[in-house]
Amino acid sequence: MFSSIALGRGFKFAAVLATTLTLGACASQQDSAGDGAGGLGGAGAATPGSQQDFVVNVGDRVFFTVDSTDLTTEARSTLDRQAAWLARYPRYSVTVEGHADERGTREYNIALGARRAAATRDYLMARGVSSTRLKTISYGKERPVAVCDAENCWNQNRRAVTVLGGAM
Amino acid sequence: MTTTSMEFPPTARAADAKRVGRRFGAATALALTLLGAAAGLTIAPTPASAELKITVTPGAAFQPMPIAVPQFGGDPALAREVAQIVAADMRLSGYFTVLDPSSYLEGTVGADQMPNFNNWKGIGAQALIAGTVSRSGNQVTAQVRVWDVFGGTQLVGTQVGAGQDAVRRLAHIVADAAYSNLTGFKGFFDSRIVFVDESGPKTARVKKLAIMDWDGANVRYLTRGQELVLTPRFSPSSQQIAYMAYGAGEPKVFILNVASGARQLVGDFPNMTFSPRFSPDGHTLVFSMQKEANANIFAMELGGRGMRQLTEGAAIDTHPSFSPDGSQIVFESDRGGTQQLYVMSAGGGGAKRISFGSGRYATPVWSPDPDNPFIAFTKQDGGGFKIGVMKPDGTGERILTEGFHAEGPTFAPNGRYVMFFKEEGGDSRLWLADVTGHVLTQVKTPGSASDPAWSPLQK
Repeated sequence: MFSSIALGRGFKFAAVLATTLTLGACASQQDSAGDGAGGLGGAGAATPGSQQDFVVNVGDRVFFTVDSTDLTTEARSTLDRQAAWLARYPRYSVTVEGHADERGTREYNIALGARRAAATRDYLMARGVSSTRLKTISYGKERPVAVCDAENCWNQNRRAVTVLGGAM
Repeated sequence: MTTTSMEFPPTARAADAKRVGRRFGAATALALTLLGAAAGLTIAPTPASAELKITVTPGAAFQPMPIAVPQFGGDPALAREVAQIVAADMRLSGYFTVLDPSSYLEGTVGADQMPNFNNWKGIGAQALIAGTVSRSGNQVTAQVRVWDVFGGTQLVGTQVGAGQDAVRRLAHIVADAAYSNLTGFKGFFDSRIVFVDESGPKTARVKKLAIMDWDGANVRYLTRGQELVLTPRFSPSSQQIAYMAYGAGEPKVFILNVASGARQLVGDFPNMTFSPRFSPDGHTLVFSMQKEANANIFAMELGGRGMRQLTEGAAIDTHPSFSPDGSQIVFESDRGGTQQLYVMSAGGGGAKRISFGSGRYATPVWSPDPDNPFIAFTKQDGGGFKIGVMKPDGTGERILTEGFHAEGPTFAPNGRYVMFFKEEGGDSRLWLADVTGHVLTQVKTPGSASDPAWSPLQK
């Protein structure tokens, strides 16, 4: 049952992966900038239908309470806006990233992030976004956006982020 | 403590060494023999009724045993290196205090010489480790004796040979023989740790797989940090490492060959796979696979193509770890609402909850020592994290350490210690605790580190 990705001494495969991760990191930085007030120069600066438009005017992320995958009222309204925006701009594929805060163990948080991503994806599908456009990935507690030792930043890390991909 | 006469019996006798029950393959160029009496040196057998042994009991008062490790005889540079590694191992184990060499009344004590026990009694050493390290071409030989200072008897006489490039292993094997005799536990110094080296800001942490000797020496990086890697685990041969990596798309379980660097994706599944662990015989890999909101545990036969689902249902079932005989698996599940520990048959089914204390229990690992069955775990309770052990039936819970964040214990090959990572002030480091809770020591790493996994004893 082993698949046949066998590698030699070198790290060629790793280099390919690096490209993927680097792209992911760039996307995250854009997301982070979107958190800050005026980080992208304000709503007016975003071209309609652009990634910036999505992050700034729609909101690319929803937040969860501790150890929960329930979508709050606020989260649902964000996802409603996302679904409407995605219906208007069908050229984007979407990856929903699930994240957990640091106050859990590694493996559980990976699975918890997957649950949050699945809950978010399911909601978007229920609002009409085609499953063929949607992928999920969990980062567990590996990619916090806020770093501190207090609940008021852990709650920013318990999130699902809708990341726009390339043209379908 | 022995109180027998300091007189040496008139009969010469082969060293009464404890057998170090390990084989050494030709590949490692390590050879072990029991050390006979040197010319002109008579060795007393240790009276079984009066053995020098350190007692380590949970809860009871504990004092490390004071020992002396003077400069060894033979090749000065090699002798110094071996003696220093032996002394460091004994000290790091937490069960011994190595007395300050500046207090020693004599310098070098070789393997061919009868120690002047009065000199070592006078400074309070209960045991003395003495030896000779010699070189012949590229071959290094260490002859080492452990003496009961107050009993005036030899406890260990061992000779270990190794290639020049394996001097550190040679020293660890010598130290294992001394540790094993003085504690009654199996040795564990000739082992390695695989862990995740961490650098960069938390928001874009760079993680690399790294491997090192148990004492932090010989660090080697197995990945370059371009991809996120987590939760490495050794195969029983120590030659393979299963771990989780973020490649293209969802993260997956891979197996890496430590020597060749070759790696294989485990299975070809549409979903995320994570939390791998080898069976004790190395033939099976168990891991979690995510499907929608749930994670279940699967077992894959590595030689063939068999795949078996061990848990099912709407829960996060993860972190499987086998009992030493391979018949049972402990894992964590939130099937009852919060993370708790369960034990099931290795074939799946019959899962029984074993953790019932307050808080959440996670990351269970089963001790490799079949004679002292323990399960180590991470516990979250009262806003903090704890590392503890319990018996496989859930009784006898003992917390070894607690703090802001401690996670992910892994057992030493002798089952006497767990290593885990602990985070304070944003910096994660590896720590060592013994199962009685008497020992707590930081382990040397090049920088921030997490997810340690202890190898079996090397072969």
